[in-house]
Formats: sequence, structure tokens, C-alpha cells
Amino acid sequence: MKASPARRPGPWRSPLRGPWLTSVFGAVLLVGIPVLFLTGLLSYAAYNPDLSHVNDKTPGKGLLGFYLFSWPTHPYWLYRVNQGVHVTLGIVLVPVLLAKLWSVVPKLFTLPPVRSAGHALERLSLLLLVGGGLFEFATGILNVQLDYIFPGSFYPLHFYGAWVFFGAVLAHVALKLPAAVKALRSRDLRAELRTPTSRTRPEPFDATGLVPPDPAAPTISRRGALGMVGLGSIALLVVTAGQSIGGPLRRTALLAPHGRSPGTGPGGFPVNKPAAAAHIRPQDVGPDWRLTVSGVGGSVRLSLVDLQRMAQRRSALPIACVEGWSTNDQHWEGVRLRDLAALVGHTEDPPGVFVESVQLAGSFRAVALSAGQVRDGRSLLALRVNDAPLTPDHGYPARVIVPAAPGVMNTKWVGRLTFGATDFPGRA
Amino acid sequence: MKRLFHVLYGEPWWHLVALLASFALCGYALAQLLAGDWWGVVQWAVGAAVIHDLVAVPLYGSADWLLHRAVRAGRPRSPRRIAVVNHIRIPAFVSLILLLVYWPLISMDSSAQFRTATLLDPGVFRSRWLAVTGVLFGLSGLHLAFRLWRDRDDSKPTT
Repeated sequence: MKASPARRPGPWRSPLRGPWLTSVFGAVLLVGIPVLFLTGLLSYAAYNPDLSHVNDKTPGKGLLGFYLFSWPTHPYWLYRVNQGVHVTLGIVLVPVLLAKLWSVVPKLFTLPPVRSAGHALERLSLLLLVGGGLFEFATGILNVQLDYIFPGSFYPLHFYGAWVFFGAVLAHVALKLPAAVKALRSRDLRAELRTPTSRTRPEPFDATGLVPPDPAAPTISRRGALGMVGLGSIALLVVTAGQSIGGPLRRTALLAPHGRSPGTGPGGFPVNKPAAAAHIRPQDVGPDWRLTVSGVGGSVRLSLVDLQRMAQRRSALPIACVEGWSTNDQHWEGVRLRDLAALVGHTEDPPGVFVESVQLAGSFRAVALSAGQVRDGRSLLALRVNDAPLTPDHGYPARVIVPAAPGVMNTKWVGRLTFGATDFPGRA
Repeated sequence: MKRLFHVLYGEPWWHLVALLASFALCGYALAQLLAGDWWGVVQWAVGAAVIHDLVAVPLYGSADWLLHRAVRAGRPRSPRRIAVVNHIRIPAFVSLILLLVYWPLISMDSSAQFRTATLLDPGVFRSRWLAVTGVLFGLSGLHLAFRLWRDRDDSKPTT
């Protein structure tokens, strides 16, 4: 038996609050959040974390890595699109998330605060939902702006936080979906979009605790409120998406971190770890620079001239960062990774390769690439880009470029390639 | 049996099943999430929820209420005054959303790191945000002026 809801006047008087409005925002998030979760999981898989500890920033993942697979190289724009969608959609959903939270805020102050054991557990789950959700959005938004003020390394925080948040989302959807579907059916969206402020009436008072007991007169219609939230999302889309689309649209990304290119000419495309930031010393990449290539057949040391004498191949591939920004296809030229593998005895079906930069310290100064990535004919040790030698900031004298791999997997200032290895020599 | 469960728990059985399944997953991930600086993470997650619910919502709610009071200035409510409120409220909302999301760049909180990593000037974001805000209020103002002009002879405009 359900008691009729008590009509206690409270501070929350907006006549727009009600199960229908909450469910509209909820429906948008019900589509958006799974897309964020899925693109996030894919981005984690793109690092091939199971291949080597240097690729894996969350070694304690355990069962949460159940879905991992060897990341493909086709289509070559896979990571670019995945990460552009992940970051841009996350940013665009901020107004919807805040509107959803606004619409349910009276529930935080419901009396009595705990009705039953079940209600207490549900409120605990809601703390995981709201705390986890805000944590995920905050860490992601801070990380793409290079503002590393969160408590720890971004990868484990954002990855484990995502699972906590998604676990709470699953419970919330399971418990609320029937009520949300009923609420969405209670009003006709198209009729609502034709209703001006003067004809806006509160939703019928009910037991959900969302509709105010003594609603104020409306100052905006539901159409207006939805439009305002949508306008916020569109504004964020406009000032953000260009950094992932590139070309002339890059400059429309007025507030996004990579809405500009740092220079002009062949090496003018965006960068996130220039030579100075990686503490690359001139002597490490000067005339004495040598590339050590090792495999089953032994080791060779190659100078830049030696590499230039090998067969030069071309690939048009983008740089796509975990932070969502990317470049258009750049025209790379250099030696195929599989040709380098053949040089040290891997003439057929080369294995993966362990790539080390001359960079002395820092995250991702070494990565392990999979056999599939080595065997793709577009995977290069690039010496040139856009018909000019690499610039120091883009990895002179030689850098790796692999189709569909996250930006940091394309090691710059390469000093050593060890085929068949997944760790530093001596630690394998 | 079912009735007893309902009396003790207050909700149907599947409510408990759904929550326990969710807690199992959340707990498994939480153990890893809290394996590092657990106190920092708890402060961030709980702090974000508390600051949002107890500071941000009352703050923007009151600001909205004050805007209404200021526009009405003691006069009775009219569609025209509500229109004025909304033509301030909507550009303000969009501008504040942009500020919230891009606060690290606009406030130059990470400007040294930003310049080192991207080789770009971190000083442009504040003026760009101000310019976008100006355009939003400008367009809204023009739209309002047009509406007031269109309804100038109508003592009771329909909005």
C-alpha cells in the first residue's frame, strides 16, 4: 500500500521539475554514457596493455581487462575517431549531466532521509553514481587541458573510476528504467516543444518527489529549458570539435587546447611532447646518433645515412592523442618496420618490437608494438614528414608511426628497436 | 516470504539483487581506484558531489532568483519582464558552462605545462571566452530588442 505523497512546501519550487523532464535528460545520458564507456574501453585496448608492462598503466586491472584484444591497424583512422568521439561527446554532455542533476536535487533532501534498508542502499549507490560521474567528467576535462591536479596518475584514476561509475549507472538504469519509460510516455515531446511559457503547467504531483508541492509560476517553458541545455551543448561542440576534425575547422575550436597549430610548414602540425619537454639533448640526436636494431639474427647499428639508403616508403597517417585532438593525415616517409625486422633475421612473419626512445625519463619513452602492428606495411620508422626531414619536436632523426595507434605509441627520437622483445634488454 | 522481505527491506527483492550486483562491480573497481592516494580520491569524488549539491546548485539557484528580483524591481510580473530575464539568463548559462568546462585554460591554471607541451600561447583563452560571452549577450540583446520592437504596440505580448 502506498501512502499518498505529503505536500510539504520546500525551497525547490521550479514548475519544470518532474519525472518527464528528468527522464528526457536521462534518456540522452542513457545513450551518451554507454558511448563514452565503450570508446573509453576501446582506447584502453588501443595501448595493447597485455603486451608489456610499459604499455599498461593499470597493471592491477584483473578481471576488468577481460575484454582486451590485439588492437588492429585497420581502419587507420580508428583511434582518431574513437578518441575524438570520446572527448568531444564527454564535453558536450556536461550541460545535460548538470541539468539532470538539477532536476533531481530535491531528492537529496527528502524526508525522512532513510525510509528503509532498501532506500539506504539505493542512496549509497546514488553516491557512487553522482560522485563517480562527477569524478570521471572532472578528471577527463582536466586531463585534456593538461591540468594534472587530480590525486594520482590519470590512467588508473580514469579507468577504475569509469568502472565504478558504470557499475552505479547499471544499477540506476535497472531500478529507474520502468519509471523513466512511463514518465516519457506521460507527455508528448512534440506537443511540449510547441508549448510556450504562458501555457506551461507543472507535471502532476506524484510520489517521485520531483514535482514541487507548491510550484512557482513558470518563467521559462520546458521547450525553453531543453533549448537552453541544448544550446550549451552546441556551444561546447562548436568550440571543441575542430581540434579533432582538423583542417580549416581547427581554428573554430576557440577554447579547445589544440585549436591551433604551433607552426607552419611541413612540421607545423600540433604536438604534445616537443623535444625540450622530453629533455632531448642535442648530442643524443646529433651526427653521432645511431639506431640499434636487434633480433634473432643479431644486432646492427645504423646511422641516419644508412637508414636513408634503405627502401623508403610513404604512409599518410594522422597523429591522434588520447586527449581527443588529432591531426589530419600527414605524409610520412621512411623505412618499413618489417624491413628493419628482416635486417636482423626476421624475414618472414616478424614478431612485435620493443621501441625505445633516446628520451632518458618520462612516461611512454618506450613502448611494445604487436606483431600485427609491425607487419602492417604502413608502419614506418619515419625519417621525413610532408617532404621535409622531421623537425626536432616531431622526433628527428627517426620516429615510429603506426596506423590507428594512440599518439604516445608512435615513439619519437627512436634509439633502439628490439624485435621479439616486450621489455628493456636484460629485464625481459 | 515475499511480504516479510518487503517489511524488512522496504523494496522488492530484485531491488536488492540489482544493487548487490552493482556493488560487487563497483567494489572490485573501487579497490583498485583507492589503491593509490585513497584519501585524495575520496575527497575528490565525495567532494565533487557535495560541492555540486550543496554549493553549486544553491549558488546558481540564488543567482537566478536575484536576477528575477533585479529585473522585476518590485513591479508585477509580466511576459515582457520574463522575456528580459531569459535574454540575460540564457547567454549567461552558455557563457558559464564554457567557463566551467574550460576553466583550467581560461584561468591559466596549467599555463606553464600547456606552453611546454603544446608550444602554444596559453594567454588567448581568457580573451576568447570574453569575446564569445560578448557575442552571446550581443545576439541575445539584439533578439530581445527585435521582440520588444515587434510587440511595441501590444500591451500584452504573447511570448
